[in-house]
Amino acid sequence: MTDNDQKQTSRREMLRLVGRVGVLGCLASLAGMLTGRLRAGCIEAGPACKGCPDQDGCDLVTPPTVWQLDPAKCTQCGQCATDCVLAQSAVRCFHTHALCGHCKLCFGYFEPGARVLSSAAENQLCPTGAIQRRFVEDPYYTYTIEKDLCIGCAKCVHGCGMFGNGSLYLQVDHELCKNCNECSIARRCPANAFERVPVSEAYLLKGQGEEEGH
Amino acid sequence: MIRFPKPDFESGYVLPETQTVAARAAGWETLDVVLLALALAVGTWLVLKHRRRGGIVALMLACLAYFGFYREGCVCPVGSIQNVAQALGDSGYGVPLVVLLFFLLPLLTALFFGRTFCAGICPLGAIQDIVIVKPVRLPAWLRHALGVIPTLYLGVALLLAYAGAGYLVCRYDPFVGLFRLSATLPMLIFGGGLLLLGTVVARPYCRFLCPYGVLLGWASACSWKRVTVTPNDCVQCRLCETACPFDAIRVPSPERESEARWSRVRRMGLYLVLLPALALAGGWTGARLMRELAAVDPRVELVAELDAEALGVKAESGSRSEAFRASGMSEAAARAEADEVKLRLHRAGLGFGGFIGLAVGLQLAGLSIGRRRVDYEPDRQHCLACGRCFAYCPREQQRRKQGSTTEDTEDTKGTRRLLCNMKRAVGTREGRS
Repeated sequence: MTDNDQKQTSRREMLRLVGRVGVLGCLASLAGMLTGRLRAGCIEAGPACKGCPDQDGCDLVTPPTVWQLDPAKCTQCGQCATDCVLAQSAVRCFHTHALCGHCKLCFGYFEPGARVLSSAAENQLCPTGAIQRRFVEDPYYTYTIEKDLCIGCAKCVHGCGMFGNGSLYLQVDHELCKNCNECSIARRCPANAFERVPVSEAYLLKGQGEEEGH
Repeated sequence: MIRFPKPDFESGYVLPETQTVAARAAGWETLDVVLLALALAVGTWLVLKHRRRGGIVALMLACLAYFGFYREGCVCPVGSIQNVAQALGDSGYGVPLVVLLFFLLPLLTALFFGRTFCAGICPLGAIQDIVIVKPVRLPAWLRHALGVIPTLYLGVALLLAYAGAGYLVCRYDPFVGLFRLSATLPMLIFGGGLLLLGTVVARPYCRFLCPYGVLLGWASACSWKRVTVTPNDCVQCRLCETACPFDAIRVPSPERESEARWSRVRRMGLYLVLLPALALAGGWTGARLMRELAAVDPRVELVAELDAEALGVKAESGSRSEAFRASGMSEAAARAEADEVKLRLHRAGLGFGGFIGLAVGLQLAGLSIGRRRVDYEPDRQHCLACGRCFAYCPREQQRRKQGSTTEDTEDTKGTRRLLCNMKRAVGTREGRS
């Protein structure tokens, strides 16, 4: 190796070292900024921390989160059924029985103007027949969702919310949800009803808050 | 709103609970990080010490199975750049530690040991790597031209994430649909098309699209250790050059330079003088582009819908304007918000476009820098550390036979010198014609 070659090599090595230190510095400051800021005040972490049990003594940067939709914001546009990356949407209808009026004429179950209040297919609002209607005692009926049939179209949610108690509502079912980095339903949701919630509080079920509050 | 009170059942009917399935526990996410770190360590050892393609393939398949098909692609380091960008732009958004580590670990590895992540861990790379059938060599001009795309893509994606306008890279991830066995038709065509193309143009997404690859390339360019084709010295047999499907082996510079030094210097000077003009042009284009791209932001989309309605165009049901009216937010506030998004994107586009202009200019200028290279060696920035070249190197074969001895015998020395001279002679003749 000639002298010139050696000089060239060492100069290049030097540049590389400088570059390495530079990149390392950038990464370190980036990491420091992102972790330090969040550790300083958990409130800064925003919606992700909502409902987190130990917000004050939080030593996590940000708790691991999952997607969930806020039923209070949902406008039942029906896009959840089609906008999910999965063939069968991870959004499904959930039912809080404690809020249900157990009506004989359920507006979440029957097509408006149904001639007979029977479970015949032409009377049902649900396009997949995912709601089971069972007699409890006169004049009450109970309605349960067959999860595997539900496609999250929100037709029943709309009916129940318009004329009933709103005990039917949509939720992201974590049995199906892939927890995409960017939820494709959240991106298109017109009501911005989707948010990230801590894994420990993965559902925003209706009727939970009221019970705790009273 | 309770319109019908809960009935008092006389038959002793018990209300069923709402059934929920718990989300994947946080412990699993920690496992993902541990596995990523482990895979990076093993991969680095395989590439730099063990030097066998077989091991790398095994690691690649294992990672494809776990990070690809089992974990179904989320979160991946490629997408994590956007979370980081969003966290920088929006103080209300926190990057989960897992995502931050997914972002940092492969970069740190690249900074010290080269792009191990690309070689055997990235599921997007792995799925393309297994479909390589007959890679063709791309002409250098095409490689350089296409090589600008990832930088542009990186910039646009980071910008949109920074402005909180969504994750472009995740949206147009061509292979995640395959991992989930569920994709929309356009994405299926895109992913399938890339895989088809990938049979002849090796790893097209990695080389000509992947935004994370740009960062890894930069880190790898100043890496501490690197992949070397030969364990000791090069016999100039050119076998590695043919073995590399990614055109990442750089050839020795010809002994007699094809171009006079002063002409190179003059060209480089010209590019350096042109730099400000390129930066300005880039800035202008970036700002224009960002103004158009702002339309994908939901807040801007809403205002566009409101404007359309004012002109009498009826929006379809389930539209943003409908939800907007339900929310009771004032129109002025919505417009102000949209304008702010636009302004932020416009500014960021200006800065980013200028940066791209500079980068392109510097790259052009850099082409004129003469690199004196004596041996065939992998390009620091573009080598994906796949390990294909090792087995093709006669010196490596010798090493494997003899154990780890690196001493030259008298016999091989002579052969090597002969080979060297022959290849050099062939090389210069080709260079001249």
